[in-house]
Amino acid sequence: MKLPQTQYSRRTALQSLASGFGYLAFAGLAHDQAVRGQSPSGEGLAVKPTHFTPRAKRVIFLCMNGGPSHVDLFDYKPMLSDKEGHKTAESVLRGNAALMGSPFGFKRQGESGQWFSELLPNLAQHADDICFLKSMHTDLPNHAQAFIQMHTGSFQFTRPSVGAWSLYGLGTENENLPGFVTLNPPSDNGGAQNYGSAFLPAICQATKIGTNQIPGFYAALLGVDKEPGPPLKNIENSLLSNEMQRKQLDLIRDLNAHKLSQDVYHPEIEGAIESFELAFRMQDEVPELLDVSSETEQTLESYGVGAGKPTDLFGRQCLLARRMVEAGVRFVEVTSPAKWDHHFLLESELQKSCEQTDQPVAALLADLKQRGLLDDTLVIWAGEFGRTPYAQSGTGRDHNNKGYTLWMAGGGVKGGLSYGATDELGYQAVENPIHIHDWHATILHLLGLDHKQLTYNYAGRNFRLTDVYGNVVHDIMT
Amino acid sequence: MLVRLIYCIGLLLNSSLMLVADEPDKFETTLSATETETADTSRTSDSGIDFFESQIRPVLIKHCYDCHSTESGTAEGGLRVDDRHAIRTGGSRGPAIVPGKPNASLLLSAISHSDVDLKMPPKEAKLSANVIRDFEKWIEMGAPDPRDGDVATVPGDWSGMEAAKTHWAYQKPRPSAPPELEDDSWSVSEVDRFILARLREHQLKPANDAKPQILIRRLHFDLVGLPPSPEAVNQFVATCEAEGVGKALATEVDRLLASSRFGERWGRHWLDVARFGESSGKEANIPFPHAWRYRDYLIDSINADVPIDRFFTEQLAGDLLPYESDEERARLLIATGYLAVGTKNLSESNEKQFQADIYDEQIDSMSRGMLASSVACARCHDHKFDPFAMRDYYSLAGIFASTKTYFGTFVSPASQQGGELLPLPRLPDEVILHKGVPEKKVSEMKEQLADLRAEAAEMKEAQIALFSGKKPKKVFTLRDALANIWRTGPLVGKLQTIDEQGEPIPIAMGVLDSDKMIESPVYSRGDVNRPGETVPRAFPRAIAVSDSIAVPPDESGRRELAIWLTHPDHPLTSRVFVNRVWQHLFGVGLVSTVDNFGTTGAEPTHPELLDNLALQFIEEGWSLKTLIRKLVLSRTYRQDSSFRENAFLSDPENRFLWHMPKRRLEAEAIRDAMLAISGELDTTRPEGSLVARVIHDQPISLIGLDKRLPKDLDGSLHRSVYLPVIRDRLPDVLELFDFAEPSLVTGDREQTNVPVQALYLMNSPFVLERARGLATRLMNAADNDQDRLRLAYQLCFSREPDSFEEHYGMKFLAEAGETNDKSQSGASLNLVSFCQSLLSTAEFRNLD
Repeated sequence: MKLPQTQYSRRTALQSLASGFGYLAFAGLAHDQAVRGQSPSGEGLAVKPTHFTPRAKRVIFLCMNGGPSHVDLFDYKPMLSDKEGHKTAESVLRGNAALMGSPFGFKRQGESGQWFSELLPNLAQHADDICFLKSMHTDLPNHAQAFIQMHTGSFQFTRPSVGAWSLYGLGTENENLPGFVTLNPPSDNGGAQNYGSAFLPAICQATKIGTNQIPGFYAALLGVDKEPGPPLKNIENSLLSNEMQRKQLDLIRDLNAHKLSQDVYHPEIEGAIESFELAFRMQDEVPELLDVSSETEQTLESYGVGAGKPTDLFGRQCLLARRMVEAGVRFVEVTSPAKWDHHFLLESELQKSCEQTDQPVAALLADLKQRGLLDDTLVIWAGEFGRTPYAQSGTGRDHNNKGYTLWMAGGGVKGGLSYGATDELGYQAVENPIHIHDWHATILHLLGLDHKQLTYNYAGRNFRLTDVYGNVVHDIMT
Repeated sequence: MLVRLIYCIGLLLNSSLMLVADEPDKFETTLSATETETADTSRTSDSGIDFFESQIRPVLIKHCYDCHSTESGTAEGGLRVDDRHAIRTGGSRGPAIVPGKPNASLLLSAISHSDVDLKMPPKEAKLSANVIRDFEKWIEMGAPDPRDGDVATVPGDWSGMEAAKTHWAYQKPRPSAPPELEDDSWSVSEVDRFILARLREHQLKPANDAKPQILIRRLHFDLVGLPPSPEAVNQFVATCEAEGVGKALATEVDRLLASSRFGERWGRHWLDVARFGESSGKEANIPFPHAWRYRDYLIDSINADVPIDRFFTEQLAGDLLPYESDEERARLLIATGYLAVGTKNLSESNEKQFQADIYDEQIDSMSRGMLASSVACARCHDHKFDPFAMRDYYSLAGIFASTKTYFGTFVSPASQQGGELLPLPRLPDEVILHKGVPEKKVSEMKEQLADLRAEAAEMKEAQIALFSGKKPKKVFTLRDALANIWRTGPLVGKLQTIDEQGEPIPIAMGVLDSDKMIESPVYSRGDVNRPGETVPRAFPRAIAVSDSIAVPPDESGRRELAIWLTHPDHPLTSRVFVNRVWQHLFGVGLVSTVDNFGTTGAEPTHPELLDNLALQFIEEGWSLKTLIRKLVLSRTYRQDSSFRENAFLSDPENRFLWHMPKRRLEAEAIRDAMLAISGELDTTRPEGSLVARVIHDQPISLIGLDKRLPKDLDGSLHRSVYLPVIRDRLPDVLELFDFAEPSLVTGDREQTNVPVQALYLMNSPFVLERARGLATRLMNAADNDQDRLRLAYQLCFSREPDSFEEHYGMKFLAEAGETNDKSQSGASLNLVSFCQSLLSTAEFRNLD
């Protein structure tokens, strides 16, 4: 066998990926994909042209796992209190339940006069930055399906997550960091599927960062940190110098590229080459990125970071999210450690969840704004569905997929707007209903991507995030 | 120990931990068909509808729907009362309601008990006079009723039941003659003829045979989860040349099937499906320090090739089977650990709910794992698509409600629920990993317990007195009550594990029949506070096997459940199992949704082949080894994995097997291969598990504080199947490389490819140690870099390096200026780094 003249360089290795058979077999007919698969630098995730001028360049998705109660937080329904104890056809069928007014007071906030529950005093300060989508609906009132649909559009099939599509569409702004990061995602409700890349290149899936927590009570009692150890392990090598490790990785890359050239098509190797390169670069930046101790006292205080505080955990996560988008991560998802699935004891439990999250979320918005990042960072706050206007077990509310609220801020959405509405009880979206597909289409649009053009040809068919659906909600955009 | 001490203080202070309410609502909620559209109020006046909604509908739902509605799946006497039209049409006796005519309305006479032959609701007290008056009034008003098409179908005819007749998976497997093919020099077995026929139908050809080196590497990983030694490769290649591939394979397969490593590999496959875990999971997450016995039972049973029908029977009903020795009895009791090791919501304070959730978890795991069916969906409503009615679910629930689950754990601040453990017969040399206490301590503990119990009795008395308005003899605070409960728990827990002399006794997790056999009510919408009609213990009715199998009155019925499940006529059990085995060998099942054979699952790509394999599996005595032997000796398995563009474009998912798919190894195989190659693998079985040896009953959320535990929860040289499987806290290597989620039945693991995996391979202490180990091995085995490199390739990839690899490998090793490794072998850092490179390549963790 004739030896190649030079070793595979990192560039040629990646070029052979971008233009190699693996991509070609998939790229095939899709012009858009050909553009996205090949970038000027030959690297799979370099910044790519958008379909039109983007309003947002990056996303922070604050994921409220469990289904927060819209009628107790944002969707003020005085009639629900007036009719407290009454039954409706629906409520009777669902366990003979009666309507339950919100135990919390609502007030108009900001110049825009948007309604906020008393549980969210800090967030209410940002009323004029927030755009409520009050007519969301999704297909099923079950956690797993709704959670997966919120992330991928489909609960029946394994499809790429909205974060993976965003990264695929935009490329990365910082090649030393993963373009898509998820902080403390739940292992249930679809697990890795919610941040997976499915058939998109493996490099588009999220890197999961998180650590197992010690319960706050014990952490306080023992005077230890709630987070034992770093949120990302194995970030340092105890044996090799940086230079030696680089040489080692060159060898690994060459061996992988060599094998790939023999196998022709082997996505697992393509993914491995890219993930090793990224991992190597991450070593330089990630430790600093994850170390929030360099933040000022004042910043830490504003996010509610501090041992024993209910806001400590989510405060850290929100702060990390800000640090990450600042460093160029495209899509950061933060799963709220607070629970939102309030079938019982809603009054006390929802209050606790808000105590854990209200201040950090408000601080995040303020911080982004102050740093000039809010203009082109889209902040999303959403759960997989809302909750019923009628009571369940007397003290809680059941799942409601037919009408609920989420909000977005920054990144080209109109602040101070409430778009769409549910019926007078908050049960069903009646005015300008927005399906998950519409919402996905809108997110991509804000990022400068046309959801109908952002396709990936897999096994002979063009796939997109919104399948054959999705209407962009233009009315919420600046 | 400090942590333990503080933990105990915590017991007394922290009650908030127990109060977190979180409903286990994994079930599909109500059928969408029952969701009402906005009522058409034009039909009747608003006030009439209001009256109906507030006074009538709730009564109908509560007292009548269980036997007369679509949702319940029953329409006794042909009557449904859940729809305006249906209630007016009535059943076999005529209209239940005649609007405006109370005297002509049968429903009214039935609820007022004016007709001796028709008193409703049955077996319940007569409805109150007020309610009866409301009904009378309502009928006089013209029976205003907005329920228009609330429900679309009629009972007994929901699409789920229809599926029993039409869906392929609910029909008995039928034998087919293998296709007769012309010009077929390729097939060597019946399997191949089915595969080739389908390929030809789609104008596809099978791939060439894989090279012997590739084939033996594939075979070893598939059968024993370890790479072949260079000697084994050489011998195999030589035998292939001398006697042909078929002969060489047959010899090698028999050798591997006889190895104890086989059970460690295939036992783990079943552990995925058995959702094996060594802690309770969920909120409380308390360790199960005795779960490892079930793990070892599985591995041993697979190695012994216990027939799978027997294997299932032991796990469902081992405690009810006859035995001839203490040893056999112990083995059979441990087998029932299958029913005990599932997740437990120990924070649940409602005992009834807690028990119902245990039965549910058992039904769900058994039906998904053994039948690839989601029977547990029928807890709240008849299954939407598959033939499982609520009655079926609660018939099964009765079987498990007549069973007592021994899961251990005791009441503590973190755990609201205590359980017992199953004592095993004493055997010589039995491994017991918990400690005993001095003999005199036993009586002290018993006295303490007696005192605590006496105090608890006083508390109860005081409580009763308070409730009946009397002055209690003694006053207790909440703190007293909690202190009592939390001091009692650990004593009860400890006493279960020792005998009168304080010696530790062998114990396991498992089940026994309860003292009392229970027929379960059908709980309306799965709500334990809403019991309906009681149903006899039985098996899902839509799946009838030819012999009628009845549950005896004095046993739980688990033994009969096993008979039903493993009956040769059962349409699911054998197919589901065979399909799982196929998936492990060919990457994708013949039915790709291995855990779902229902109507929402995938259709089989080769239905006749699946049926034949299932039927032969039964005929051949449910032998896993025979089945595997048959599959890996097929020509289909011998194919190479090379890429062919035309074939790919025609069948990108390789559903018709035009080649062997490339597969990534599982976490266990990656780790075990590193240990094997570095020469450090300890193939002995460790005693128990880290959970039993170190963690015991510390809440899992606190184990991060235990300095004795390695940070990656590994630190072992044993095979990965023996690593601790702690729910929500897996060892790093398992967590990172897509281990099966131990809280769920997982027939098909996820596969990710992310930088954190790369970081593990680049920097983790485990991989660095293995690289050092391999370098040392190479140093000891060869005296120059070229030979070391060749040996490294043989060890890692079961092949020789090609010229490219040799050239650049040598260049890498020759780079000067690197100091020697600190280890005694004298291996240079370059060599260690080179070894780590090989362990990190994609080829190392992928099969061709």
